[in-house]
Amino acid sequence: MSHIISSYSRITPGSITVNGQSEYDDENFITFAEFIKPFFKRLDLGYPKFYKMDALSKLGFVAAELVLRQVNYDLYDKDRAGIVLANRSSSLDTDLVHQQSISNRSQYFPSPSVFVYTLPNIMIGEICIRHQLKGENAFLISEKFESRILFDYVNELFMHNRIDFCLTGWVDLMKDKFDVLMILVEPVRIVNSGEEHGLTLPFSATTMDELYK
Amino acid sequence: MRPVYIAGDNIISSLGITTYDNVAALKGGHVGIRVTSNPRLFPTPVPLSLVDSALLEDQFRKVLKLNNKSEVSSEFTRLEKFLIISVHEAVSQVQVDVKDRRTLFVLSTTKGNIDLLEEKQKTVFNPQRIYLWEMARIIADFFGFSNLPVIISNACISGIMALMTAYRYLGAGMYDLAVVTGGDILSEFVISGFQSFQSISPTPCRPYDAGRDGLSLGEGAGTMILTTDKDRCDEMVVKITGAATSNDANHISGPSRTGEELGFAIRNAMKEADLSPDKIGFINAHGTATPFNDEMESKAIVHAGLVEVPVNSFKGFWGHTLGAAGLIESIASVHALKEQVLIRSAGFKSLGVPEPIHVIEFNEEKSFMSCLKSASGFGGCNAVIVFEKD
Repeated sequence: MSHIISSYSRITPGSITVNGQSEYDDENFITFAEFIKPFFKRLDLGYPKFYKMDALSKLGFVAAELVLRQVNYDLYDKDRAGIVLANRSSSLDTDLVHQQSISNRSQYFPSPSVFVYTLPNIMIGEICIRHQLKGENAFLISEKFESRILFDYVNELFMHNRIDFCLTGWVDLMKDKFDVLMILVEPVRIVNSGEEHGLTLPFSATTMDELYK
Repeated sequence: MRPVYIAGDNIISSLGITTYDNVAALKGGHVGIRVTSNPRLFPTPVPLSLVDSALLEDQFRKVLKLNNKSEVSSEFTRLEKFLIISVHEAVSQVQVDVKDRRTLFVLSTTKGNIDLLEEKQKTVFNPQRIYLWEMARIIADFFGFSNLPVIISNACISGIMALMTAYRYLGAGMYDLAVVTGGDILSEFVISGFQSFQSISPTPCRPYDAGRDGLSLGEGAGTMILTTDKDRCDEMVVKITGAATSNDANHISGPSRTGEELGFAIRNAMKEADLSPDKIGFINAHGTATPFNDEMESKAIVHAGLVEVPVNSFKGFWGHTLGAAGLIESIASVHALKEQVLIRSAGFKSLGVPEPIHVIEFNEEKSFMSCLKSASGFGGCNAVIVFEKD
């Protein structure tokens, strides 16, 4: 069975787009927190847990929200949802915060609520909790966006029938630099039988490269 | 799916720097966790499982020489030394054409060169080495791999996930041979973090025991070589026949209340392996000895219908080695399978989990066909892999 990209979101400094259409612009922001907070409020999700997350998790959470909102869960088993994400900086942005908290013995205050975010896959955990997705997941690292690394992993999950649909993409954040391409991949038959009218781009490394450009 | 066989391996831990030494120490009941007073690692004494630095240095110099390298030992970080020694030891057992495009290199780690964030390290190494892809590149270049490494950083299930990725890619025909390595070092970063969770036991950890009161941290590395060519293996052939992951979707730092999600990862891996419970000799579970983890695992084992299968954890011997754990515990389990022995779960005296699982109290010879390795980690992730005698 072939698979298609039915939705994608892109977040870069100053801009949030969904399926290529502008969703939010703010060229004047200074920090990531200033950029994401008004947009999150506008989503009106009533999800206060968001404010406890580190910046990387917030970034992945919002990008995932924008593509997962079009999924018709009546068609899927949530135990067979895949999430495969990658980035360049792992959790380094939060690692620096934890390191700072232990760098001075007279002001030694490591915090569990910071330390738990010093793993990049916590972002996957946050997305799973929000959407109750329980299937296969993985976090991969590469120097730059490598569509092939993500495609190979996700394609193998589909080929061996381990998942029904998949969230995949690149979510990188370091200080106030950030870069996201989040993609929703679904089987062709489901999309065609549903009421929704998502995109029908072929799921391939080439398509992913085009969307990332 | 093409069958995927294990052709070589290495374990580096507090118990030694070869698989042989480590497996012998596990069978001999040697515990590598010691109360350590090292202000560089933690302000107060804490039980840790540390790799012997003198042994490490000595071996690393030999490995540099054997690989005709002009660099000196001080040009590599502690974790890079672990990984280079481990890969060297494993590839010296099997002919590996690192230049071949059909050879895959997979690396798992949770924190990589995290010690480079420490003030005193900043001037010693290029700061870029804090990035996992840069560390992986250094290891890959040392041996001359042609392909870009696949790097997995998925908390405490990273090691199993690295094996699983290689197993799947080889099984699907994308590659013919894989070198799968992984490791983590102990650092002030990691120790202070777990201490802030108050999850470190003041004594060597006691998985599944009624008196367990937290985990012990360890460091180490492991390497497994996987191949689709059975002729590359020694006489006793073990293959990987199933693997699965799942997510609790419950809490980022606490395990599932029900164990259902680890339970269905176990069932999915068994289904893929077409394995019935009576064929499983033992489950080498995650067994960190935190109250909630071990409790959750006992429930998951019941969910998966495996309550009669013997269970052990190696954490009581070498602590929780994070990104190395899934790898080194898999390797030790494979050797227990080859030697047809059940290894006792160190630190265990009386059952302290809600379900009546059978924790292995004494080493025992037994005839069995397969074993199962599981892990769970922060972010709610679970992973399971199945090893079977050919």
